[in-house]
Amino acid sequence: MSLCIIGCGNLDRGDDAAGLLVARRLRNLGFERTGAEIVEKNGDILGLIDCWPRYEQVVLVDTSAPNDEPGKIFVWNASVEPLPEDLFHCSSHALGVREAVELARTMNCLPQRLSIVCIEGKQFTIGAPLSPEVERAVELVCQLIQGVIYGSSQMLPKQNETVFFPADSRISA
Amino acid sequence: MSKPVARTIKVDTLARVEGEGALYVKLKGNEVHDVKLKIYEPPRFFEAFLRGRHFSEVPDLVARICGICPIAYQMSAVHAIERALGIEIDPSVRSLRRLFYCGEWIESHALHVYMLHAPDFLGYPDAIAMARDHQAVVQKGLRLKKAGNRIVALMGGREIHPVSAAVGGFYKAPAKSALNELVDDLKWALDASLETVRLVCGFDFPEFEQDYEFVSLSHPAEYPFNEGRIVSNRGLDIDASEYEENFREQHVEYSNALHSVVRGRDCYMVGPMARFNLNFDKLPEIARQAANDCGLKAPCRNPFRSIVVRAVELVFACDEALRIIRGYEPPALARAQATARASIGQAATEAPRGLLYHRYEIDQDELITSAKIVPPTSQNQKRIEEDLRSFVGQIATRSAEEITWKCEQAVRNYDPCISCATHFLRLHVERG
Repeated sequence: MSLCIIGCGNLDRGDDAAGLLVARRLRNLGFERTGAEIVEKNGDILGLIDCWPRYEQVVLVDTSAPNDEPGKIFVWNASVEPLPEDLFHCSSHALGVREAVELARTMNCLPQRLSIVCIEGKQFTIGAPLSPEVERAVELVCQLIQGVIYGSSQMLPKQNETVFFPADSRISA
Repeated sequence: MSKPVARTIKVDTLARVEGEGALYVKLKGNEVHDVKLKIYEPPRFFEAFLRGRHFSEVPDLVARICGICPIAYQMSAVHAIERALGIEIDPSVRSLRRLFYCGEWIESHALHVYMLHAPDFLGYPDAIAMARDHQAVVQKGLRLKKAGNRIVALMGGREIHPVSAAVGGFYKAPAKSALNELVDDLKWALDASLETVRLVCGFDFPEFEQDYEFVSLSHPAEYPFNEGRIVSNRGLDIDASEYEENFREQHVEYSNALHSVVRGRDCYMVGPMARFNLNFDKLPEIARQAANDCGLKAPCRNPFRSIVVRAVELVFACDEALRIIRGYEPPALARAQATARASIGQAATEAPRGLLYHRYEIDQDELITSAKIVPPTSQNQKRIEEDLRSFVGQIATRSAEEITWKCEQAVRNYDPCISCATHFLRLHVERG
């Protein structure tokens, strides 16, 4: 199975770094040796549309806007379900992850299976460190993706369902 | 006699612009009483944290100001520092910098024309909805953008926040064979840009013209990117070192971006329309012909036609990139060495959205002691408000929903990058 893990975010803006840190951690753990491709994206998300059809499965990790529980992990099966409009409102970019996913859906460019993993952020100030809640969630998401890589993909939604892991979840892959 | 009905039109978060801002319009009857473009994205203090850094760090630091136009920030910075230190660059490096800028103009203009502005004219809320009916159009826009990204990635080491530009040149100059790999893509992009001009010139444009002061660089021999004098259609003709004597930044309480005015006059416009109107004769024949064929003449004073001007500039940028690649010979020295001296240097270059001014003061230890950065969006901010003041008056009898839509479109004429200006938009129309 061709698999691509994409970490999105901005290293300079606190919890917005979460997706990139997941990608780096997986790379440091040697997951590219399993044949999975690991990509870091900051800024130009539209460029993703081109590469998606090449993969059977894509897992995209990004930080979502603060709500009520920093560090909470949401997982969407975006292959079958549109992303909520207000999910990524923390982005000041004119076109972000939701727009790229929905544009790709309209143009039939989605991978066979696209999972969007969101970590609810807390602080996005320039130069801010990662919050402890998000730091912990980064580790949990790495374990979640590890399960995908080694075939125990029950951690990700099968079809048309949205799952979330509360901030105090424990995941055993 | 009944009192005029008061209306407030408010957009709390402007869509399809880069960054975070809001728009507030107050109407009494059909009369416009107040217009405010509120930039609430917090200031980022880049000018302050450049102080104390070594001058060689500046290009990488300022590239972080914007994910859409990092090259503009790098180019204004390196030129200002080179002027301060008296560094002469190799002619091939000069050409490579123009090629680098072509990449940024192509990706930025393609993004704005197709993904951000075209939905306004074709009657869609966004590019996603537009793609349902115009898939081929959106695909063309994305491929055009990608052609620009390829230039930036090759020249800059990566697509976002490139890392190769340096004071004195580039850390590494590309091989001719690497540039030649871009040629097929750029030939396609040139044809696609010509098709873009034909597509967008067929849109319906509101009848709206203003008496603008246009400000841009002007170079005796070429359409401007990195060099030239700062000129206007009202007699301004200055070197970049005289910028601060001729322009003034002023704080307004509702915005985190400073407003710019021409000293002794008022607001002005920078960007594609200013460049086109002041430099039409410097465009290559293919771009002038494309403009003439669609009836676009200089001076163009209808800001809604800026989408056509951007398309013409796409033609220019693709043609110029091909010209540079055809004539390219790698520089003997990719990066000229700098000799330190206490000095001040200023430079202005043409970002996709318009004139970008930088000034740096460097001490004998090669450290930055002061920095000033004036981005195009803050220069255009007061001009955008003046456009809205006049334009809302023309459409004041329409519904609040339609006024809101049209006002957002009028703001998008300028392709504002609010992230840059503070270093997005919410619309609030009040009828009172």
